[in-house]
Amino acid sequence: MPDGAPLLELHGVSKRFGAVQALTDVDFEAHAGRVTALVGDNGAGKSTLIKTIAGINQMDTGEYRFDGKPVNVTTPQAATGLGIATVYQDLALCDNLDVVANLWLGREELGGVRLLDETGMEQEASTVLKRLAVRIPSVRTQVASLSGGQRQSVAIARSMLGEPRMVILDEPTAALGVAQTAQVLELIRTLREHGLAVVVISHNLADVFEVADTIVVLRLGRQVAVLDTKQTNSDEVVAAITGAKAGDEQPAEVSEQ
Amino acid sequence: MTVSDLDPRLVANEPGLAGAWAGFRRRMAQGELGSLPVIVGIAVIWLIFWLANDRFLTPVNLTNLLLQLAAIGTIAVGVVLVLLLGEIDLSVGAVSGLAAAVMAVLNVKQGWPGWLAILAGLATGAVIGTFQGFWVTRFRIPAFVVTLAGFLAWTGALLVVLGETGTVNIADEIITGLVNTFFIPLYAWLLAVVVIVAYAAEKLWERRKRAAAGLPVPPMQVLVTRIVVIAVALLATAAVLAADRGLPLSMVIFVGLVVLVDLLIRRTRFGRHVLAVGGNTEAARRAGIQVDNVRLMVFVLASTLAAAGGILAASRLFAVNQSSGASDTLLLAIAAAVIGGTSLFGGRGSAYSALLGGLVILSIENGMNLLGVESSTKFMVQGGVLLLAATVDALSRRGRQAAGRA
Repeated sequence: MPDGAPLLELHGVSKRFGAVQALTDVDFEAHAGRVTALVGDNGAGKSTLIKTIAGINQMDTGEYRFDGKPVNVTTPQAATGLGIATVYQDLALCDNLDVVANLWLGREELGGVRLLDETGMEQEASTVLKRLAVRIPSVRTQVASLSGGQRQSVAIARSMLGEPRMVILDEPTAALGVAQTAQVLELIRTLREHGLAVVVISHNLADVFEVADTIVVLRLGRQVAVLDTKQTNSDEVVAAITGAKAGDEQPAEVSEQ
Repeated sequence: MTVSDLDPRLVANEPGLAGAWAGFRRRMAQGELGSLPVIVGIAVIWLIFWLANDRFLTPVNLTNLLLQLAAIGTIAVGVVLVLLLGEIDLSVGAVSGLAAAVMAVLNVKQGWPGWLAILAGLATGAVIGTFQGFWVTRFRIPAFVVTLAGFLAWTGALLVVLGETGTVNIADEIITGLVNTFFIPLYAWLLAVVVIVAYAAEKLWERRKRAAAGLPVPPMQVLVTRIVVIAVALLATAAVLAADRGLPLSMVIFVGLVVLVDLLIRRTRFGRHVLAVGGNTEAARRAGIQVDNVRLMVFVLASTLAAAGGILAASRLFAVNQSSGASDTLLLAIAAAVIGGTSLFGGRGSAYSALLGGLVILSIENGMNLLGVESSTKFMVQGGVLLLAATVDALSRRGRQAAGRA
């Protein structure tokens, strides 16, 4: 486990949707300059957990600390304000708008007389895309006409415009080809080198082992393992995900709620 | 070149007019139709009615057409905004009638000055819009239902406001002057020239700014072509107006509103948020956009513009009566927006579709009136045109999907 205080700390997070106990007493940490992978089977609570971090869901009970201080994150804006950017699996892009408009959506810059500063936004958009080595035909292309990898890159670039301290990526390599996956993984390493805390949700253990420093496993709404990538192997991770074999920190029986 | 030959996303436009023309043809093939179908439509319709009755293309008749357009078109501008959200407002006709009635009664029966009565009429629209928008956003009832309920309720309210007499005749000079004021022909020419110069200056200035920022700029020939096309259209309009009574004030109001709302949609934060909500509501919400506030504001704008349209209609007819805003007002306004190219599926469209689509639907109405066609036939033809426009919208959407642009 890394030294130093984590950037993000969650303690004892629980969340219930009606009859479904989505999260039970989950602890989670993310450190600056490290990639933390969040893995688990379908319905393990990964999405609920990141939505809680991103302020879309509110936790029923539990503690949320950022940069060592307890904070109250009840809206997406509050999370963004802390410096947490989230890239969702469905990318949340507006197909009818161009790349520039999507990058700046919700934080458009204004020029004179309260009109949009299109030139300024286009310039900065080009700069960011160049820095991340994203290749698209033109920043004025409608997002609808981009490929899956390009859309993923635009979504990640979009999260970088706010100069965040932490980035959450939900299944960034799902549905991507080999070359595009390699590109996105390279992008993730770039983010880590910039000193960001990166949280990656993934089903693909090969990708996880390639980029992650720490692997956090959820199962049936509980956190069942925190593993150092260098000291574990995929058998151990799979065992923790499926509950086939007890990991170090896993209770012998995980009771279903 | 067909789409399958080469991935069109990877094709950059070649420089110059030839490249622009190739890009234009590609966009057409992929369902990015823009305003081309409607401009072709206007040309065909005008040709047909001119062949059927040579009085159709006279300056007098075209000026009358524009006077009619001011009222319906203003309502249609509001409908465009609502359609951009991916919603619909079925109450605009009834709201236009009620707002005009409030204005007329306050002016004629209560003795309010004309300008104050006009403001009261607009305020009526704003209050109704707030009410309907609140209902849509607070209780998550589809706008279709809320505004249908509004349509019935405001129709009833119109009868109450008008009282037993049923018809209120307006003599106030300020109110009737809205549509019946004409500026001397010189002003029509002057305004056309001023707008052309302003348009050209804006385009060239923007091009220089982009070049200075190191961003790609459109080829100069394309820019000049666009400016020339706009200039010819405006000067032709000025010539028509100058040959009749001159420049109508209502036309200045309506076109001014179209330009303003176009600016609002394309160049302001609010407009960008409207497009985003219409394109992908969830994405807009996650981007921190206050989706409900945007929705509410659009319904307020739509009802206020409907009120403005109703006031213009009352000004043109010198009266408000029990059928004000009823019968075909709603159909014409929605048809104008859709025929003009604003998508029923949200997120795509322009304020100018109220102008262009309004010209189509009112040309048909006006032309059939000239030919003495029965109103039964008129309704059926207009219904057919609306269905045709909606079909073009749906098919072009499918074209975009096939080209990966939906």
